[in-house]
Amino acid sequence: MGKTILTADDSASMRQMVTFTLEGAGYEVVEAVDGKDGLAKISKAKVDMIITDLNMPKMDGIEMIRNARAMPQYKFIPIILLTTESQDGKKKEGRAAGATGWITKPFKPEQLLAVIKKVLK
Amino acid sequence: MDVHKHAFKEETYELLAELETSLLELEETPDDMEQIGRVFRAMHTIKGSGAMFGFEDIADFTHNVETVFDKVRGGSIQVTRELVNLTLAARDHIKDLLDEGGDADEIQANGIIAALGKLLVQGNPDEAVAALPGMTHEEPMVPGPIITCRIRFRPAQDIFASGTNPLLLLNELREFGECIVTAHTEDIPPLKELDPEACYIFWDIILSTSQGINAIKDVFIFVVDDCELTMDILDDGERDIDGVQPDRLGEILVKRGDVSDKHLQKALETQNRIGEILIQEKATSRASVASALAEQEQVKKRIAQRKETVVSTSIRVPADKLDQLVDLVGELVTVQARLSEKAATEKDADLVAIAEEVEMLTGGLRDNAMGIRMLQIGTTFSNFKRLVRDLSNELDKKIELTTTGGDTELDKTVIERLKDPLVHIIRNSIDHGIESPAVRKAGGKPETGTIHLKAEHSGANVLIEISDDGKGLDVEVIRQKAGEKGILPIDADLSEREILNLIFSPGFSTATQVTDVSGRGVGMDVVKNGIEALGGSIDLESRKGEGTTITLKLPLTLAIIDGLLVTIGGDYFVLPLASVEECVELPHNRDEKKKGGNILNVRGEIVPFIRLRKEYAIHTDRPELEHVVIMEANGKRVGFVVDNVIGGHQTVIKNLGGAFKKARDISGATILGDGTVALIVDVNKILDL
Repeated sequence: MGKTILTADDSASMRQMVTFTLEGAGYEVVEAVDGKDGLAKISKAKVDMIITDLNMPKMDGIEMIRNARAMPQYKFIPIILLTTESQDGKKKEGRAAGATGWITKPFKPEQLLAVIKKVLK
Repeated sequence: MDVHKHAFKEETYELLAELETSLLELEETPDDMEQIGRVFRAMHTIKGSGAMFGFEDIADFTHNVETVFDKVRGGSIQVTRELVNLTLAARDHIKDLLDEGGDADEIQANGIIAALGKLLVQGNPDEAVAALPGMTHEEPMVPGPIITCRIRFRPAQDIFASGTNPLLLLNELREFGECIVTAHTEDIPPLKELDPEACYIFWDIILSTSQGINAIKDVFIFVVDDCELTMDILDDGERDIDGVQPDRLGEILVKRGDVSDKHLQKALETQNRIGEILIQEKATSRASVASALAEQEQVKKRIAQRKETVVSTSIRVPADKLDQLVDLVGELVTVQARLSEKAATEKDADLVAIAEEVEMLTGGLRDNAMGIRMLQIGTTFSNFKRLVRDLSNELDKKIELTTTGGDTELDKTVIERLKDPLVHIIRNSIDHGIESPAVRKAGGKPETGTIHLKAEHSGANVLIEISDDGKGLDVEVIRQKAGEKGILPIDADLSEREILNLIFSPGFSTATQVTDVSGRGVGMDVVKNGIEALGGSIDLESRKGEGTTITLKLPLTLAIIDGLLVTIGGDYFVLPLASVEECVELPHNRDEKKKGGNILNVRGEIVPFIRLRKEYAIHTDRPELEHVVIMEANGKRVGFVVDNVIGGHQTVIKNLGGAFKKARDISGATILGDGTVALIVDVNKILDL
């Protein structure tokens, strides 16, 4: 059975792109439109990895990571933060909140897959 | 990708519509943080997605607006009518860029950017310069020279909390090229203090790759702030390799900071194996030394590989080719023996001279061929360090393994087949031999027990000694146990040594408790069989309270054995000389049908005997005078009756091949000097039959 990955992003086109890439690589994808939605989705069904955008309405990526890490089943799963060049400081903040790593936008599908390979067994 | 582009466009139009509303509202209530956040996110998304889906112009342009609104969010720039106007203009420009065939005005765009830049300078002059970084573009990959570097990767203890799996990073490195990873486990605390969610292990990696140092750094990009990471290039693949020598072990350890220079100098003065000393001195850990050795090895190898075109120092050969070589040399030795014999009978001086020369050369060739198959036993010894460490931890005992004679060479096959018996013996020592620290202390011994492995040459044999300073074997307990198990009549009169050797009997175990480590005492008989199958023997000495020493006597090689050549009815047989004790004459005219007819009295000792003539169904007349070769087999003395004893004979063993698979009492054959075939008797199998 393939691994399930949650992608949280308020941009529908980003979600579409991530989902398209991941599904093409054999992963199952759960989409969420913001941090709050993401947390609700992962409480319902276990995912193996989370890819979240940084800036989202209602709850941002950092806050979501913090909340997810507080859930015992998500204590050790890989969580990837999507950031941009201008948000270098956010990488550290994300790391402190419990992010495993980050991807700097813009990225190519193969870069996304390479990062997933780096963190997900 | 077109699907994605389409989705991006639709989304962006939506975002731009929202943006307009937000901006207009913001004009009314300039302090509305929610609206500010919305504008920022819209810009952020347009920028991020734009770059992803090929709208670099939009991304580059939007980046400027985003940067300004980031500052607005942070409070360093105020929302003014001017800002709202500029942003609205920017929004319109983005829309123009998005509209296919839309006439985006570049001059207007530059005007907006310049105005935004001005706002930035007002907000924070220092950062204005960095406001417009270009988008990252991937550098083309050019395979560089193969570099060898040393990496120490020590993740923070809480690394797992970020969902990082360090092993995946190591795997990534492995894909880069030749990679030797040594794990340092010395920081792992005792189980009681161990936090299962903490990472106590760190790694030394020696990597040879053409990927370049930046690619290696990229592997650790996520963890670089949460780990101790050092990288040193050992060989950049370009420097002149003439006269390049890899660093010495001590130098490597000092360079890495694992050992202080003072410690190294002190150790060097004693002129022993540097790694061993430093470990004994507790100046560094075994893993550090192992890792430094790996580095040395790898650099050596890389340099050697680069030099290969010039000079090749060593080559790899499949093991079966070596076996063939040894086989051929064996044949040659046989032919040479025939030649020598012929020369001796021909009495031709020239022929004798040639034969002697051939003999000398063949001898040299034989020794050489055998030497190629020889390996040092040291590597096998050092494998046991881990075993001892793990098991003693498991049993809460303190045990140190010391070795001497690691450079003793043995045939590859012997070493391979020696490993299991050795593991068994060492396990037994740890489990039953060495006492717990408390008991040792009470008995006036140092708390740390010692197991010593020693290898040395003794003629055509190698002696391997495994000794411990544990509690030793209790002769009385063994005698009683043997009685209970029916191995021995309860009132049997045996010497202490004989009783001790009873532990090699099948199904014997004195351990009152069954443990995971040495199990149910299955074993010592298996060990003995294993050693004997190698043509060796096993002996045991033990003093109660002082310790046990087990000595294995092994042939240097399996390809040649020292045999005793005998004849039965004109056929030649070889008995393994290692287990021959003596030869006596068999008094003739004995009535063997009588009770006790198969028993011989050798100086007051009763020895049963077996007639090989009967065993091999040789139906010729028995000679007047027969001989009994008394041998030690399966722990007993047994006589084998033969017609004639010829003498010692160095035997090149030839396998008999599949057709003789069922002849279990024959372990092989050899060809004598005159071309006659002699069968090699498998003494132990005969007794089993």
